[in-house]
Amino acid sequence: MSRIEIHELAKQWGPVVAVDQVSFTVTEGSLTVLLGPSGCGKSTILRLIAGLEKVSSGSIAIGESEVTHLDPAKRGVSMVFQSYALFPHLNVRENILFGLKVRGVSPSDRRARLEESARMVGLEELLNRKPAQLSGGQRQRVALARSIVSRRRVCLMDEPLSNLDAKLRAEMRDEIRSLQQKLGLTMVYVTHDQVEAMTMADQVVLLKKGRVEQTGRPHDLYERPRTTFAAQFMGSPPMNLLQLDLIEARSALAAAWGGTLPTGGLTGGYIGVRPEHVLVGDVGLPVRVSATDYLGAETVLRMAHGEQTLFGKIGGHRRYAPGEQLHVCWSAEAVHRFGADGLRIEDPKRVSS
Amino acid sequence: MPAAILLIAFTHYPTVATVIDSLFSKATAIRPSRFVGLLNYQRMLDDPIFWKVLANNAWFALGTIPTSIALAIVMALFVNRAIPGRSLVRMAYFTPTVLPMIAVANIWLFFYTPDIGLIDQIAGWFGFSGHNWLGDPNTVLPAIMVMTVWKEAGFFMIFYLAAMQNIPPELEEASRLEGASRWYYFRRVMFPLLMPTTLFVLVNAVLNSFKLVDHLFVLTKGGPDNASNLLLYYIFETAFSYFETHFAAALTMVLLVILGVMALLQFFVLDKRVHYR
Ligand SMILES: Nc1ncnc2c1ncn2[C@@H]1O[C@H](COP(=O)(O)OP(=O)(O)OP(=O)(O)O)[C@@H](O)[C@H]1O
Ligand SMILES: [Mg+2]
Repeated sequence: MSRIEIHELAKQWGPVVAVDQVSFTVTEGSLTVLLGPSGCGKSTILRLIAGLEKVSSGSIAIGESEVTHLDPAKRGVSMVFQSYALFPHLNVRENILFGLKVRGVSPSDRRARLEESARMVGLEELLNRKPAQLSGGQRQRVALARSIVSRRRVCLMDEPLSNLDAKLRAEMRDEIRSLQQKLGLTMVYVTHDQVEAMTMADQVVLLKKGRVEQTGRPHDLYERPRTTFAAQFMGSPPMNLLQLDLIEARSALAAAWGGTLPTGGLTGGYIGVRPEHVLVGDVGLPVRVSATDYLGAETVLRMAHGEQTLFGKIGGHRRYAPGEQLHVCWSAEAVHRFGADGLRIEDPKRVSS
Repeated sequence: MPAAILLIAFTHYPTVATVIDSLFSKATAIRPSRFVGLLNYQRMLDDPIFWKVLANNAWFALGTIPTSIALAIVMALFVNRAIPGRSLVRMAYFTPTVLPMIAVANIWLFFYTPDIGLIDQIAGWFGFSGHNWLGDPNTVLPAIMVMTVWKEAGFFMIFYLAAMQNIPPELEEASRLEGASRWYYFRRVMFPLLMPTTLFVLVNAVLNSFKLVDHLFVLTKGGPDNASNLLLYYIFETAFSYFETHFAAALTMVLLVILGVMALLQFFVLDKRVHYR
């Protein structure tokens, strides 16, 4: 009973359109990531769902009921803020129990629920500390516990990991995901980090300037990006986009493409190839190495063909030097095609895959 | 070092001199000043005006401090919200603070003047007869307290406003999501977080209630019958109207001790209960 349905949601502040006709559905017990660059309206959507901002138009439903104009406390959502929003004058125990006290839950109930949620996030030892005496990761756990203890079925998170270091972030990511699955929470999770989106999400809603760019499983977004924006946002380094009109050497392009160019319509627009699908060899598109990043298991090459930059993720241990002349190619299946408008052109051969 | 010299010259030396002065008798034409021990203090204890003034001061402090602090918080809460013309309202509240006390007293003199003053004119519309607010021993002290609250609340509001704007808005949002009412949020979150400000304001308010007597010069001169006289004004009168400098020195010592005890009390007792981030 905690499915979230967002229908043509919009939010304006005067001339600023922060959210523009956004629709998506979060099925019960699943995790949806709102992904996008800074300022694209992720937080605003989350705050609209929570009821902390007034909706300009459109509707929000949680479970069976429409909640578009309902008081935040009555929507049955809990929220984890980017800054954690812990009460600095209360200790961990009081912070976790704040909401239960407000709602008049009995002391014995409170104790049981506190114990349970503190155990889940591993805070038993720290209950008497003030937030100022906790590390960033521990504060994050308090915020999580506060959300768990409410037993609300819908949990909203706004960049909960952005203040943590990389290692802790990876740990907490797994922890949040497993908690979400264990408790069967319906979660909307905001981030601008595509790795978090890829690893955690059941569904990703990719946003750009307040509009939905693409919705789907992480796999869908990665394998079949609907636009050049989506193609470049997912994956690191981003997908190579080559503007076809700037490639003079058609025969070299054909060689790179595995021998023959597809028939017809190869003017205008872009071709996209993921860095990991770029192969270095003796035939194909001539490029010059401009930088190399040796990462141990692989090497990320930054290469230039004329004005255009290409990334390649190359396995093995061959050393590359800047300035070196190479040829790159890829298999025909690795190529994504986009029109001049940035929209994907579906290749009939790939549709079935 | 220069600071230490200044401090000694203008603070420590006069304090010590006052202590010494308070132990001597008043010099007259026929008898020079001489050491009298605690006689001045003995006389003070027997002086009904001293006790009256002390009681007045206590009532004055009790009446003005909680009221002006409460009013300051209410005004700050009001101004802290996004209301149209916010900066204008803020300025309006702040105006009493930038005015010198003497000017404020003059304004209020106009309010309080019997029959033609603003208060009596308004009361007159509702059929009440005029009242000599400042001439009646029963109303003079409350009248002065009202004026003081009016003057101080705006000043304290500025501190509260600054403190409120330092509280992250997510705290209110988080408690709203938990179902807390505005009042609950204020009581359980905002007010505790304002404690450092409250302490600061309280110290200032207490000190002011003993220090600020400018308005008495304009409004009442401590009258009628000492009904509005406060300790510092009484000291002034004793020293410069009656020229009882040695008795005034003894009174000053009492004032200093009261202020010192208050300051210590606040810093040591309240400090423990204040949450500092
Ligand atoms: N209260 C407000 N008044 C006016 N404009 C606002 C307000 N809040 C947000 N905006 C605008 O709405 C747009 C979306 O803001 P939002 O905070 O949702 O972005 P975001 O995707 O969360 O970005 P980030 O990743 O940086 O947190 C921005 O252009 C922002 O300037
Ligand atoms: Mg944001």
